[in-house]
Amino acid sequence: MTSMNNKNRDIISDRVRNLSPSGIRKFFDLIASMDGVISLGVGEPDFHTPWRIREAAIYSLEKGYTNYTSNYGLLELREELSKYLANRYHIDYLPSSEILITVGVSEGLDLAMRAILNPGDEVIIPEPTYVSYNPCVTLAGGVPVPVPTYMENRFQVLPEDIEKKITSKTKAILIGYPNNPTGAVMPREELEKIAKIAEKHNLIVISDEVYERLVYKTESVSFASIKGMRDRTISLGGFSKSYAMTGWRIGYAYSNSEIIEAMMKVHQYTMLCAPIQGQMAAVEALRSGDSFVEEMREEYDRRRNMMVTGLNDIGLYCIEPDGAFYTFPSIKTLNMPSSEFAEQLLIEEKVAVVPGSAFGSSGEGHIRCCYAVSPNEIEEALVRIDRFVKKVQEKW
Amino acid sequence: MTDRQLAILDILTNNSKATAKDISSMTGIGEDEILSVIKDYENQGVIVKYKTLINWEAAGREEVRALVEVRVTPQRDFGFDNVAERIARFPEVKSLSLVSGGFDLSVLIVGENMRDLANFVAQKLAALEEVSGTATHFLLKSYKEDGEILAGDDDIRRLPIVP
Repeated sequence: MTSMNNKNRDIISDRVRNLSPSGIRKFFDLIASMDGVISLGVGEPDFHTPWRIREAAIYSLEKGYTNYTSNYGLLELREELSKYLANRYHIDYLPSSEILITVGVSEGLDLAMRAILNPGDEVIIPEPTYVSYNPCVTLAGGVPVPVPTYMENRFQVLPEDIEKKITSKTKAILIGYPNNPTGAVMPREELEKIAKIAEKHNLIVISDEVYERLVYKTESVSFASIKGMRDRTISLGGFSKSYAMTGWRIGYAYSNSEIIEAMMKVHQYTMLCAPIQGQMAAVEALRSGDSFVEEMREEYDRRRNMMVTGLNDIGLYCIEPDGAFYTFPSIKTLNMPSSEFAEQLLIEEKVAVVPGSAFGSSGEGHIRCCYAVSPNEIEEALVRIDRFVKKVQEKW
Repeated sequence: MTDRQLAILDILTNNSKATAKDISSMTGIGEDEILSVIKDYENQGVIVKYKTLINWEAAGREEVRALVEVRVTPQRDFGFDNVAERIARFPEVKSLSLVSGGFDLSVLIVGENMRDLANFVAQKLAALEEVSGTATHFLLKSYKEDGEILAGDDDIRRLPIVP
């Protein structure tokens, strides 16, 4: 491998070589070599895509829908999305020029960064953060500026902490609520404060709202619906989490037409369009998937309760997450790095979790446990985690 | 019915083995409240029975089932109720509904073999005075029962670790 690395030194660009490697790669290899692992490290629903949606895609194949779509995406899908946004958040975006269908939120994020950043532009990102945010900023020539968040504040970012990080180079704020990995949701009043800051300093806000449908006992707010934010926000949404459609890779972006046009420019040269089958399935999802989303959300809510109660009983203190399907308990009382905790837990008790450090340095001292896992597995995982924690405590 | 009561019933519908403790950890409702809600529903006959869904074909037990379409002459004052209740009492009858369309009662019957069921239809069902006709359809293979897919691989294939 060393010789490969040496050889690669000249081939791989500095920018890519300097990207930090994913913190979870080694867990992947470990799990692959083990049997009977319960994984709380998953990041997608444990439901199949609802049959009506799958069936619509099959039908589209039978009818021969196998071509490129418009660069913006199927007009039918953009029209459905426009209606959806108007109904759910009372915001109006034109299907013809203000909505772009992307290959998942992942592509939308990349497009947004490439569309707005000049070299050296800074993007403020609350941390712990989804693992793609920083690399996407870096790859677009920008500089990510982390703002730590804390369990004491329910992992909500403090608007004043954002303002402290603003410099003459700040171009945008990138937020993702409901949050992966913490499950935090920002209340409307706090988002309004961030909106004021954005206005005052003339910043763009990129809001990743892929988990918007998965909130519990609280309101889901689209940042763009806040007064004055419609044209300042690049909103990113997707079908993966709401409709259990991760593998279809369909997301969308909505913003003012100037920004969407710019994002579309990058998209047309690099992606051309999102796969047509996924787009047709997404149309069906918007037309008939609502009851399914609600059913899944209720099921997650039950599992959320199980997980939060169980972890707190074990002594891994966690707040009740308001959204997404993750808990982010503290392991600080055990005095060990999160990556070591995750590795030992996997080896000794065959439970996989994601170390908090994978989500930035302020994630250290925590682990991410996903509760999109069957109740039986949650129960068994909790028994094993309890046993593991007791063993660690005995070693002191 | 409140949301809390609905949540309890919803969980029991899918898992009759769920204990008060299980339900409590899923819903945050206290165990005492759960036990009393369940008890009330049992007394009221809302919760009728706790059952297990078994795939008898996979278990290897021979069992024959048939769906019988029954045409009935309704009786003055009683309509279909008297006949329906009478048919429902036969142990061979697993479920029975009054339906709209070309016939009146849809009857699911179960027996050990085809002859048992044929005899039952001929001697008991069709012989009833109010029954004007029957059509018996033997079930050949079950694909889905009570919302559960019985045949085919329905595994979720997920990556074990995703950031």
